[in-house]
Amino acid sequence: MKYLPLILGNLLRHKRRSILTTLSVAIALFLYASLRSVSTTLDSATEAGSTSRMVVRNATGIVFPLPKSYINRLEAVPGVSRVSYANWFGAWYRSEREFFANFAVEAPSFLDMYPEIVVPPDQKTAFLQDRGSALVGVDLMEKYGWRLGQNVTLNGTIFPGEWTFTIRATYTVTNNAFDEMSFMFHYPYLEERTERRATPGWFYLKLDDPDRAPEVARTIDDQFRNSSTPTRTETERAFNAGFMTMWGNIKLLMGTIGLAVVFAILLVTGNAMMMSARERTAEIGVLKTVGFGGGLLFALEMSEAVVIAVVGALLGLGGAKLLWANVKAFQQFLPGFGVTPGTLAAGAGIALLLALVSGFVPAMRAYRLSVISALRTVE
Amino acid sequence: MAIVEIRDVHKSFQRDAQAVEVFTGLDVDFEEASFTALMGPSGSGKSTLLNLVAGLDRPTSGVVRVAGSDVSTMSASQLAPWRARHIGFVFQSYNLLPVLTAFQNVELPLLLTDLSKAERRERVMVALGVVGLEDRKDHYPRQMSGGQEQRAAIARAIVADPTLILLDEPTGQLDAKSSQEVLGLLQRLNGEFRKTIIVVTHDPNAADKAKTVLHLEKGDLVEKSRGAHA
Repeated sequence: MKYLPLILGNLLRHKRRSILTTLSVAIALFLYASLRSVSTTLDSATEAGSTSRMVVRNATGIVFPLPKSYINRLEAVPGVSRVSYANWFGAWYRSEREFFANFAVEAPSFLDMYPEIVVPPDQKTAFLQDRGSALVGVDLMEKYGWRLGQNVTLNGTIFPGEWTFTIRATYTVTNNAFDEMSFMFHYPYLEERTERRATPGWFYLKLDDPDRAPEVARTIDDQFRNSSTPTRTETERAFNAGFMTMWGNIKLLMGTIGLAVVFAILLVTGNAMMMSARERTAEIGVLKTVGFGGGLLFALEMSEAVVIAVVGALLGLGGAKLLWANVKAFQQFLPGFGVTPGTLAAGAGIALLLALVSGFVPAMRAYRLSVISALRTVE
Repeated sequence: MAIVEIRDVHKSFQRDAQAVEVFTGLDVDFEEASFTALMGPSGSGKSTLLNLVAGLDRPTSGVVRVAGSDVSTMSASQLAPWRARHIGFVFQSYNLLPVLTAFQNVELPLLLTDLSKAERRERVMVALGVVGLEDRKDHYPRQMSGGQEQRAAIARAIVADPTLILLDEPTGQLDAKSSQEVLGLLQRLNGEFRKTIIVVTHDPNAADKAKTVLHLEKGDLVEKSRGAHA
């Protein structure tokens, strides 16, 4: 602590440069934390998928529907205790830019199978009794200032036309892998309006025993293998993982960008530290004359780099944590998006590495500099 | 009793491809509580001798013994604490750290000791009192005159009560009035506090204040005389 005035004095010698260097570190760590959070959120969404629920989809691709008649044959498969189904609706609200996830679901079975989605009992009753009603996530309600009983009109894309729904219920979730930004309505209403042209996009299965999942998947897919619409059956977790691969190798992309940013900032910080140390060559000579040893000067130089890294980390990582905890912009696309303790730890590790690498060269220079050559810069 | 003994010291520098001999077998002693001025033309080796005594530079061969320690054989890691204990050094261009106040600059040598904050403060205030800068303790170097900066540098040199005070052209950048103040201060440190002082100077007035004047020329001690105040 007794050397603090010296460390702070040196850091504040060129306030603008120190502030800009610290902000560079902060922005780099903010970006790193944000990009890594995309990866960790995708991972946790995959892992959060239940192994006692399965998803049956068209083997050709998820965008191709399945015949509704499959429901009876799925219910008859040994090990399957409940079947539900849903369809991606893909409508927009007031303009194409005001888009949120919207699904047609077979509501009674869907809500039974998904206890993670919590609906107040009275609202649930009202929703189930009204075929033209909607169940809306609380965040979406808040975003548009909607209230219960309000009519909301969506503009269909896959199923064209104006679709008006009455909001009868809202939901919250007990698992961050689910979002509170979705809009759900009754599948029979979709069927009715499209004169049964709409068929399920996928089926949900509830299993008696998660251990039977491989057997159930094999039975179902074998059953429809030679039909006009073969299926692909997998656990919800595997389905989520497969869904994530539609993003491409997002982890590699995010990781590469994140590390590139950190590397660029490492060069910036290292350069700033070197400039700062060079300007103080004569002062290092003076301190050595006074009796400061090479080791102490090494530590003092490193301390300056550490202070910049720590303040940058607090701003960058803390900023990312606070921002993504309060801003819901990504929740719609990445439910549960947020900065995990693991990401904060990784960011802190990078900050430490940044301090060590950027501070090492000037610190080593201070350690090795001969007093005479240091003083010669001004004498 | 000699507190500094220079025995058969050779010192050469490599300048480009050429070796420049500064000392070729220099022998000289500095007595305890002496006040010596080193004079001579530029390039005569005055500052080099001062640097050798301070342990800032090493002789090519020979012995530099200060307060019983052979400085020429000590490693860099041994020299740093040794300097902190035995040497107070004052530069021509003051060399105060611009980011620290006068108080903090003077405190620097004490940071290397085990003294408590209160003890450090007490010693710094005494040193600032000796040089007459108590009221400037919170001023930064840029807020002080050249004479005040040099007095603060002297306070930094004496605060840890070193064995030797070495000064390299301490009045070189000062006006006449400030020079007299600094020289008066050195006389007081020598007379009242019995500090051993070696000062490199071109200034005859500064040499007059010393008890002994050594004249160097091309690395040789050509004359030893008594100062006006001896």
